[in-house]
Formats: sequence, structure tokens, C-alpha cells
Amino acid sequence: MKSVAVEVLRYRPETEAEPSFDVFDVPYEDNWMILDAINHIKDQVDGTLSYRWACRMGVCGSCGMMVNGKPVLTCATYVEDVLPGPVRVEPLRGFPVVRDLVTDIQDFMVKLQRVKPWIIREEEKPLAEGEYLQTPEELEDYKQYSMCINCMLCYAACPIYELDPEFIGPAAIALAQRYNLDSRDQGREERMDVLSQHDGMWGCTFVGDCSVVCPKKVDPAGAIQRYKLDATVDWFQSVLMPWRKR
Amino acid sequence: MAKALNAGYKRHYPKWHRERVPIFWWLRSASYVKFMFRELTSLFVAYAAGLLLVQAWVLGQGAAAHARLLNWLSHPAVVTWHVILLATLLFHTVTWLNLTPQALVLRLGRWRVPKTVVWAGHYAAWLVLSLVIVCLFVGVA
Amino acid sequence: MRTVNHDVLLIGGGGAGLRAAIAVAEANPELSVAVASKVYPMRSHTVSAEGGAAAVIRPEDSLDAHAYDTISGGDWLCDQDAVELFVREATEEMLRLEHWGCPWSRKPDGTVATRPFGGMKTERTWFAADKTGFHMLHALFQTTLKYPPISRYDEWFVTKLLVEDGRCEGAVAVELATGEVHAILARSVIMCAGGGGKIYPFTTNANIKTGDGMALAYRAGAPLKDMEFVQYHPTGLPFTGILITEAARAEGGWLVNKEGYRYLQDYNLGTPEPRPVLRSMELGPRDRLSQAFVGELKKGRTAETRHGHVVHLDVRHLGQRTIDEKIPFVRELCMKYEKIDPVKEMIPVRPVVHYMMGGIHTDLDGATPIAGLFAAGEVACVSINGANRLGSNSLTELLVFGARAGAAAARHAADAPAPSQSVLAQGLEEEARLQERFLDNRGGRERMANLRKELQDTMETSAGLYRDEPTLKAGTEKVQELKERFHDVALEDPSLTFNTELQTALELENLLDVAESVLHSALARRESRGAHQRTDFPERDDREQPAHSLAYATTGAPRIDYLPVTITRWPPAERVYGEPLSPTSDPVGGSAPPEDGGNQE
Repeated sequence: MKSVAVEVLRYRPETEAEPSFDVFDVPYEDNWMILDAINHIKDQVDGTLSYRWACRMGVCGSCGMMVNGKPVLTCATYVEDVLPGPVRVEPLRGFPVVRDLVTDIQDFMVKLQRVKPWIIREEEKPLAEGEYLQTPEELEDYKQYSMCINCMLCYAACPIYELDPEFIGPAAIALAQRYNLDSRDQGREERMDVLSQHDGMWGCTFVGDCSVVCPKKVDPAGAIQRYKLDATVDWFQSVLMPWRKR
Repeated sequence: MAKALNAGYKRHYPKWHRERVPIFWWLRSASYVKFMFRELTSLFVAYAAGLLLVQAWVLGQGAAAHARLLNWLSHPAVVTWHVILLATLLFHTVTWLNLTPQALVLRLGRWRVPKTVVWAGHYAAWLVLSLVIVCLFVGVA
Repeated sequence: MRTVNHDVLLIGGGGAGLRAAIAVAEANPELSVAVASKVYPMRSHTVSAEGGAAAVIRPEDSLDAHAYDTISGGDWLCDQDAVELFVREATEEMLRLEHWGCPWSRKPDGTVATRPFGGMKTERTWFAADKTGFHMLHALFQTTLKYPPISRYDEWFVTKLLVEDGRCEGAVAVELATGEVHAILARSVIMCAGGGGKIYPFTTNANIKTGDGMALAYRAGAPLKDMEFVQYHPTGLPFTGILITEAARAEGGWLVNKEGYRYLQDYNLGTPEPRPVLRSMELGPRDRLSQAFVGELKKGRTAETRHGHVVHLDVRHLGQRTIDEKIPFVRELCMKYEKIDPVKEMIPVRPVVHYMMGGIHTDLDGATPIAGLFAAGEVACVSINGANRLGSNSLTELLVFGARAGAAAARHAADAPAPSQSVLAQGLEEEARLQERFLDNRGGRERMANLRKELQDTMETSAGLYRDEPTLKAGTEKVQELKERFHDVALEDPSLTFNTELQTALELENLLDVAESVLHSALARRESRGAHQRTDFPERDDREQPAHSLAYATTGAPRIDYLPVTITRWPPAERVYGEPLSPTSDPVGGSAPPEDGGNQE
């Protein structure tokens, strides 16, 4: 059986002030993902290794880690694709490390709530009147942004978020756009109030790596630039045509 | 295993580790380097704009002043520097135009204009504008 | 141990839990709601559901047709009053989710699109491409964010229900990030912690599906109902067990053996047609399709791979456009995890453990026999799923019964007295148990992963697609042995911060209890029905009224009791697939596809 050296960042907050690397020699097969290798370590070598995982099919968003410096879903990255090794596995960059490969993502949860990711209506349509009509084209308008699995890879790829943790970040803005572009929603202005603040969309300098690492092709970078364009158009309209309602 | 307790750890409280951001963080990947370079080219764009303003101002100062400026501009060192400047401006423009389809989503009725069309449209507009400016200069000359 | 107080506590933050939380918040905004889950809500396994959710919306469909498909699919073990209520409330719940932003796939006129599904006589399944569970979960989760009374306790692992004098008054949970033990006191508790597919080695279920909710309720004295019924989905990818949705067949995919033959025609499931025919062939019910695989295996007509025997799902004739539009996730999963492109190649598949029909016994409002304890979703058994769940009913179930349990728990919380402070003694006991039993326990010799593997292999051998008395008996003995060996488990991690070894140990403890209830229930049911196939009792027992099994925890083997199934309008009859139904067995109409022949897009 083939084997590969895996360097795993360990952080044991109760006994150690600083993280360090443990190296494991892991046997693997050609259809193993990085996550399988990590599971092998936990099951057979060192039960104290801590990390998150759940679905193993790239949709729950739990198992994002830095592998050789790049943020990836470890359940969707083949060991063979990162050879020859050693393979370096670290917690997602830009987040506080709780322990080993586990990061604290509470910051994102708060930011997500701030952008009001739900349908906002001036008036609710009664259920008895059935569904809101939405054509396949209207669905297509926001569908891409609705594919976000909150895996946090885009935050780990964003140097702005790393430098300034106040920045609201790629996924939260993409999800705000997801609702703005939904034909059933009327909350665009409310969200604009949040996102035009100093820690909102203008924090983005368009590095673009968030869209490169996104495993679901959500393109948060595009979402943010569209948002900026919208905000600019809004501003010009309010200055040039103050009588016109936005 | 008598390991020393981490001094900062308090039972039942998280003791996070936060990695310090290295000053050369932008050397970590090629895309970061490219990004920083693109940001840097903004200074070159500002210089080019400033130069244009200076030229316009010098024109108002009479023929002698203008001749001195032209003389300076034709110095080999300045020409070399401005060739480099042109390259950075082209880099800035091309990278900028390449990003436009990501930011601009156009609809014509129910038809969503494909990204390649948005992209090509920007290049076409750039070309046309450049030609118009060239024609203007040729006409004046 | 610290204590927090709420009016209603939800354990589990998947589809059912989030729907229930909103139901409580809407029923009575005065009530404070806690959602405690061992994972962040959007990681819950609802996220993996693919194909769709059933509710009557098309004019040619009817509530009776949905009820009949469900009841016949469940081999007449469904409680028919529950099914009637379920189909009646399904459409409104699905519309509500549409109003909350779920991106349902649409027809050109903007109305919600539907697709056919296995075991249905008309197309009734709403879908969001083939990531329906993902979109439902995220729409629900994001909607909960607008309700201030809902507090979340993310990554809190519940280890014990607090029950005193027959009343449930809260739970004990470990906050994973800090290791602190908390007592969460509440007037009503709703269990929504999902199923326990991880008792088997090969399953579509996520790693987190360890039957925690079932085990907690079982140990607290609630009976587990119909646990012997475990659904094998006919099409899982070998090695990973990743689900290839039934929608792949509903859109027209064929199941073929190694000779390229559509073998389902040999199993009384109809005759092959080029286009999908409802309630026929590939659109038969899941139990029958999975059992047909075993038939092919015995005849030597399955293909052998290094990850076991497979048949093939062929969707190539659908063309790239349909595949990308209707089942894009299938293509994504095949390319990523099998390195094949279903546009050009056939997909290797084999039956895979997918869903537990059984669960905590509840009434129509999700109430369990323990006062103040409710349950909804896969963890519960109402029962609308009977002996074999109809595909695309589970997502709708978690909405309908999540909402009902939420409303009932809200009513209960308004009248129930505040939790007595005396239950806190149980909390302290539990805290001490966790410390002594797990964190301070050193010198054990049994490797946890090996115990789990032995358990899973035992379940596959003893309680797989086909069972008989000797193997089931051997299985119960093996699980008993594993329970004893679990006391000698090797633990290395004494730390309080995100101790996943502790979590894994607690999950294994739960798996063992759930496995025990499955084996004993299966051993006691001496008939074959739906997903429970006994080779020593191959026929369905129609001499008596069908009955649900109830497994009660005791200090030894579980006690198995029975409860008659509620029959309203559909007396037990033969399950007929693949041919027009006779008027007597079919109160609703023929099984021909609708006039427009399937999907309208």
C-alpha cells in the first residue's frame, strides 16, 4: 500500500501556548480523499486529533481546511492530487483556532444574520393564494448565489478578512445578493443600509481568490462587484434625480 | 504526562490561537502578488493623469514652455520610463476589463447577455474610444 | 454545571428542528426557544437530501392518491389517520417554504414544477434541481435568523434527557468548544436529532447520524417504534455510499445488470418502456428495487468491482442538457467521487442504507408517551412511513410534523409548570458520569473505531436486506458483547476543549443502543413486510391486523410490545407495481402517466 507523510497542525490550548505540527505516515488508496487520511489518523493512530466533518459528499460545508496552503473541502480533495507530500493540513486561515483543525466561525454566523438573509416583503401573500410566481429565468438570476454551503473557504482565501476581521466578507455579501436578486424579495434597501457601511462591500478590493476557491462556483467576488455597481448607480440616481424613488 | 498548563488557559473558557498576519502576506500566492501589482499600477495611472494635466497647463504658458516640456519628454530616460508606464497602464486596463463580466450582468428582456459578450463589448468600446482620440489628435495636427 | 432556562428546547437543528422552532416562535412569540445541536444547523443531514419533497399541487392529482401511494408504499404499516393528515397539510407547508424563499424549480409560467418519483402514480415531487434538502435547510435556517426568540446553542452535544415523575424538563449538554456541562431546563422538549444510519457500514448517511435522539429518548423510557424497518436506497455509489437520487430514474434513468438487461422486469415490477412509467420498473418502491439487486446478485448477474458487486444506472440517453438541468448534482458527484461522467458512462450503484422508518413513538402532534417530550423528523415514528418510506415523503414529513410538534410543544409550554429544580441533581450526576466514565478513564484496551466497525458489520450481516432468526440472534448476542467491551474502551483525550474523542464515544454508546433495538424488533417480527424481509417467514402476515412494534429499554434485552396500526379507508391489500391497478385495490385511478407525459420543462 502506498503511504504519504501528513503534517497536521496541532493546537492544545490547555497545555500548549503555541501550535505545532505532528507528522503521520498515512497509508492510502487512490480513491482516498484528504479527509479519509485524517480519519485514518483519528481512528487508528491518534484519537485526540480534533476536526469537523459530516456528509463526506461536499455539501454540508464542515470539513474545510488549509491543505498545502490552499483552502479546500477535505472530503472533495484526493490525496493523489496533492502528492508527493508531505501534505500539510492546517485549520482555515483567518479564523481563531479553537483546537487542532477546529476554527471558531461564530463571527460569520453573526455577520450572516446582519445581512438579513431571508425574504423581506412589504406585504405577505396569503398562503391560500398559492406560490409567488417566479419564472425559470428569474430563478436563474439568483440561483448561483443560493448555492453557498457556508464552508468558509472564501473567508480563508480573503486577505482583507485576515487583515481586517471587521470586514463582512464574501459569503455574507453573496447571500445578501442571493435575496436581493430574488424576484420575491423587497429587502434590497434594508440590506444596502448594512452593506454600505465601512465594514461592508467597500472593504473588498477585488483580490478575487474567494471565487477561485469556492467549491460551489458561487462567485462571491462577482456578487460584491455587482453590489458596488448597484450602490454607485443608486447614488448617482439619488443625486441626479432626487425626485425619483430608488 | 505532566505537561505544564498553558498559562492563559482558564477552565471552560476558549483559549484561541490567532495567527499573526505576516507583513509579506501578499507573497503567499501568485494571485496575491498579481493583485498587489495591480493595486500598485493605480499609482502609475495617477501619474499618467497628472502628466496630462501638466501638459495642458504648460500649453497655456506659451510656446517656449511647451518646447521645454517636449524636450524633457524626448529624453531617452524619460522615454524608457514612459514605455514602462505604458506597459503598466495596459496591464491595469486589461486586468480591469477582464473582470468586468463578473461585475456587470446585463439583460435584454428575458435574455441574459453572455459574459463573453460583456467582455468583448468592453474591449470594443476601449478600441473605439482610443481610435476616436487618435483621430482627434491627427485632425488637430 | 451551569443552567440555562427556556420555554421550549429543540434538540437537533436540521429541517424538522428549525421548522419546529419557527412554529413555536409563530405560535407564541412570548416563549423563548432554544435550538441545541451538535453541529451548526446548516451542517445537519437534511442538507444531503437530493430528489425532492412530495405534496399534491397538480390538478389531476388528489390527496387520496398521495395517501394511497404512501400507504401501499409502506406495505400497509402506516397509520392511515396520520397519512391522511400528512397529505392534507403537506401542500400548505411546502407553499410556506416557497414563501420563505426556497428556490423551487419552476415551470415556464412561473408555477412550481414537479417531477415523478418512485412508487407514485402521478408526478407530485417538488424539487430544487437535485439539491432539494440543501435548499430547504438553508431557507429554513436563514428564515429562523429573523426570529429573536430563537436562541441557538451550536455545537452543544446533548447527553441526557432530564425526566422526572414522567415529565421531560430539559436536557444535559456538553458545550463542545469549552467542555462545560450545562443543564438546559425547558417546559417542552422537542427531539429532532435525525436517524441513525451509521449503525451500518455502508450508508448514505453523514457521519453525524448516530441515532443520538433515538438513544436518548429510549434510555429516558420512551418506546422506539418499528425499528426493524430500515430502508436501503437502491442506488448508492460503491465505496463512498453517496446517494444517487431517485430523480435520476424519475427523469428516465435505467437500471441494468452486467449484461445490460433491465432486470427489474424479472421482479414483478412491470415491463420496460423507453420512457419512465409511473409505479413501474425503475419507478417502483425502494424496498422492492433493493431486494431485486439481491436477486441479481444470487443469479450472478451483477458486475464485480473492487468495492463489491454493483449494477449500473444508465442515464446517457437523457443527454447532457437534461442531466445538467435536472440532475446536475448527480453529475457533479459522479465526476468528483467516481471520476466518471454520467453523460458518457454508466454509473455503478448498489443498495445502501438510507433511512430509518422507525423512531420514537409519537402521536399526530409529535407527542411521545413522556409528558413534555415531543419528536419530529427521522428520529420520530408517527407513522406515515410504515414498512417502507415512499421517496420524497421525508422532506415533507419534517415540515408537516416539525410544525405540528412545534405548535403542540408551544401549547404544552404555556400550561406546564416550570421545571423543578430537583432535576438538577440528575444533571450533576450526568456531569460526574461524563468525567469519570470518559475523561478520567485511562487504560482501556478496546479501540473505538474497531468496536464501531464490528458493530456495523454485525448489523449488515444480521439485519441487512434479508434476515432470519439465526443471524438475528447471533447479532443480538454480538451487540451485547460489544456493549460489554465498550466499558473497556481506550480513551486518550482528557481535554475539555473540542474533545471529539469524547463525542465519538458518546455517539458509539448511542449507536449500540439503537442497533440493539433494531435487532430485537427484527427478531420479534415473524413476517416479511416492506423493508423487513425474513427468509424464514417470507410472507406478510395478514391473519391479524398489522401492528407496530414498540421497543422499551430495560436493564437487559429490550422488551418488545405491539400496537395495532390505524386503518381508516385502505384495508391491507396486495402491493401492485408495473401494471394498471384493478378497480378494487385502486380507489383513485389508473397508473398511466399524465397526458403531457412527465416533466413540463
